[in-house]
Amino acid sequence: MTRRVVVTGLGVVSSLGLSIKEFFENLLQGKSGVSRITRFDPANLEVQFAGEIKNFPFTDRFDIKLQRRTDRFTQYALWASLSAVEDAGIDLNKIDKNRTGVIIGSGMGGIETWEIEHIKFLQGGPKKVSPLLVPMMIPDMASGQVSIYFGFKGPNFCITSACASGAHAIGEAFRLIKSGDADLIVTGGSEAPITGYCISSFANMGALSKRNDEPEKASRPFDKDRNGFVLGEGCGVVILEELSSALKRNAKIYCEICGYGASADAFHITAPDETGEGAYLAMANALKEANLSPHDIDYVNAHGTSTKLNDKIEVMAIKKLFKEHSYKLLVNSTKSMVGHLLGGAGAIEFVVTCLSVFHNKVHPTINLDNPDEGMDLDFVRFQMREKEIFGAMNNSFGFGGHNACLIVKKFVGG
Amino acid sequence: MANLFEEVKNMIVEKLHVTPEKITEDAHFINDLGADSLDITTLLMEVNEKYGIDIPDEDAQKLDTVGKLVGYLKEKLGKE
Repeated sequence: MTRRVVVTGLGVVSSLGLSIKEFFENLLQGKSGVSRITRFDPANLEVQFAGEIKNFPFTDRFDIKLQRRTDRFTQYALWASLSAVEDAGIDLNKIDKNRTGVIIGSGMGGIETWEIEHIKFLQGGPKKVSPLLVPMMIPDMASGQVSIYFGFKGPNFCITSACASGAHAIGEAFRLIKSGDADLIVTGGSEAPITGYCISSFANMGALSKRNDEPEKASRPFDKDRNGFVLGEGCGVVILEELSSALKRNAKIYCEICGYGASADAFHITAPDETGEGAYLAMANALKEANLSPHDIDYVNAHGTSTKLNDKIEVMAIKKLFKEHSYKLLVNSTKSMVGHLLGGAGAIEFVVTCLSVFHNKVHPTINLDNPDEGMDLDFVRFQMREKEIFGAMNNSFGFGGHNACLIVKKFVGG
Repeated sequence: MANLFEEVKNMIVEKLHVTPEKITEDAHFINDLGADSLDITTLLMEVNEKYGIDIPDEDAQKLDTVGKLVGYLKEKLGKE
C-alpha cells in the first residue's frame, strides 16, 4: 500500500513576520519586507538593501548559550522548527522519536561566522580562530541542532543545492516517509546570507538589483524593468507526516504532498539553460509522481527571482508543460516581497503554497507594473486573489543548474 | 593578584553563561558548570588573550576546576 504524506505544521522566520499568521497576512496585503540594511553599515557596498530581519529575538525562546554557539541560519531554523512543531500540536512524549527525522537545507551555511573568523585568522593568526567556527559554519548544523533540541533520532542531514536546497530537502523528506524510513520529518531550508562578503560576490556577478533608492521596488519578478534579484534571509520549516500517523492524533492537515521532481540543467554555473528544458523536466517529473494532469494544478508559486533570464525561462517552461491551461493558472512570486532566501527560498515558498491550498488565498506578485514581453500569464498583479485551489506547484532553481519542483493538493479524506 | 579569582570568574560568567554564585574554587567546569571541551577551549583562548600567555595543551587538560585554573595562572604570571 502506498504511504501518503501530509503537511501538518508550518513555521517561518521572515522579514514579514516570525509567525505564520503575521507572515501570510503581510503577504496577502502585498507588503514588502525589503529595506536598507541596518545590521551593519552597508555604505561601501554596491547593493545596500535586502530582505533583512530586524531585531530577531532568539533568546525570547532559546538559551543565550545556544545563541553563542550557533550561526544565524541555525537560529532561524531552530525558531521555525519550534514554531512548526507547536503548530502541528505534536506531543513530544507521544511520538516515536526514532522515526522522526530532520532535513533542513542551506545553500551557504554559516557564512557570517566564516567571515568573522576569517578576519580573526588574517589579523591575529591561527590561535585566534574559534574552535566553534566549524560546528557553527557547516550547513548541516541546522539539522543537527534541531535534532539535538528535540531529541529526534530519525534520518538527519542537510541538502545543499544553492537556491533549490529547501525544495530538495522537502522533496527528499517526502520520499523518506513515503518509502517507510521515517513517519515524521521536520524539513525545510534556512539561510542568513546578508553579509558584506556575500553581497559583494552576488553584486559583482551582476545578479542583484542595484535599486538602492527604492529598495521595496527592487524585487519585481516578470516586470519589464526588473534588473536582478534581492537578497533575503530567513527560514521555512514544515512538518511532513505519514497520513495514518497524522489521522491517529487528529492533526490539522494543511494539504497532501504528492509530487517531487528533480533535474539538472547541465548547462552553466550561474545562468539557467535558455531553453528552459531543465526547469520543464523537474516540473514534468513532479506532475508524473503526483499522478495529476496539468488541469489539476490551479496555482504555481514560481521561482520568480526578478532576474532577466530566470523569469523568462520559467514562463517558457510553464507554457511548455501546461500549454493552453497556462493561462488559467495563478502564478505568483513570493520573492517580490521577501526577496530571495537562497537555500531558504524553496522552503518558505512551500510554506506559502501550503497556506494557499489550505485557505484558498493567493498573495499578489508586487511591483509588476509592466509585464515584460511574453510575460502574459496571470501573475496575480497588485491584489491577492481568493480562489478554490486544488493542486499547487512550487518551483526552485539553483546555481549549478539544480532544479526541484514540489506539488501539493487539497487533502481529501483518509 | 588578589583580584585574579574575580577576573577569572567574570570571564567564566561571560563565556560559559553561568550565574556567579556557582563559580567557586571547587567548581568543576564540566560537572558543575555545564561546559564541554569547546567551552573550555574558548575560555582558555580568552585567558591567553587577556594575560598574554599561551597555555600548552598538556597543561590545559589538567585544569578541570576553577581553582586549578586560578592556581595555575598565579604561578604562571608570578614567574613571568
